Amino acid sequence: MRDNPVLRVVTKIAIPLILLFALYVQFHGDYGPGGGFQAGVIFAAAFILYALVFGTRAARTVVPPAVLRTVTALGLILFAGVGTVSQLLGSQFLDYDALADNPLHGQHIGIFLVELGVGITVAAVMITLFLAFAGRQDEP
Amino acid sequence: MIELVNFVLLGLLAVTALAAIRLHDLFAVTMMFGIYSLLAAVVFVVLDAVDVAFTEAAVGVGISTILMLATIGLVGRQERRPSHRPLLPLAVVIVTGAALVYGTLDMPGFGDPDAPVQRHVAPRYLEQSPEEIGIPNVVTVVLASYRGYDTLGELTVIFTAGVGILALLGLRRRRPSTQPTEQEKT
Repeated sequence: MRDNPVLRVVTKIAIPLILLFALYVQFHGDYGPGGGFQAGVIFAAAFILYALVFGTRAARTVVPPAVLRTVTALGLILFAGVGTVSQLLGSQFLDYDALADNPLHGQHIGIFLVELGVGITVAAVMITLFLAFAGRQDEP
Repeated sequence: MIELVNFVLLGLLAVTALAAIRLHDLFAVTMMFGIYSLLAAVVFVVLDAVDVAFTEAAVGVGISTILMLATIGLVGRQERRPSHRPLLPLAVVIVTGAALVYGTLDMPGFGDPDAPVQRHVAPRYLEQSPEEIGIPNVVTVVLASYRGYDTLGELTVIFTAGVGILALLGLRRRRPSTQPTEQEKT
């Protein structure tokens, strides 16, 4: 599909907008509908669109498998890490009150980081799923 | 008015499901699944579950359609003729469906304030979360803070799925040469 100029140009315009919307959904999840799961999926959709138009080989140069594997684990480590840090700071596992001097601030920081961890892992797993399936076809 | 919207949406859901069963072109079936998910997302919006609708629209319409299309690209788009008569599965499905419908007869009405689900922890979350957490979206609060442990489990499930896919299918490594080797072709 990369020979079609219309597709190529529209994709290049759409991808930044999709990424921006994903970030909005990620960081505005505290105030409106959205959160890590949705944002991760939308973020991955931008990469999948890129892979559909420019081919999985090109997509694999953008996100090398080694990076993808590391990032997949990073999100989960961030989530569990926040829980562990709050435990070390004197409250219970995943109770974010102790993350700041004020419990409300602590909760804000905790939820922000936890949602970020969810978003990172979900996005990486979705991209992995697509590349693993679509990458099996022989490309010209 | 809302009854009419519900009637149209549920009718369209049934039509889409029947069309997906009748069609033999897997590409068309995948499109039907996408439409079905989109309709389900609209139903969730009507039920005021915007976060669920959002997830359904992103995952059900977007990602799963793409993944099914990628699979169709590997296995071909025509459904194979079934080698057995579908009577026994049909009977099992009808009995299960009837049991589920029978089960809903005992359920409390939609939005009933006396329903057990409204009287357990939900009022506490709604009343206390402004003082305890201070974040307007209660869904996010429950998901990330009150039920953070569950979400950690869910994320572990997704992580495990990713690891499983990597172990089963793997991401073919890019070779320095652009010519695919014999091993890669097989």
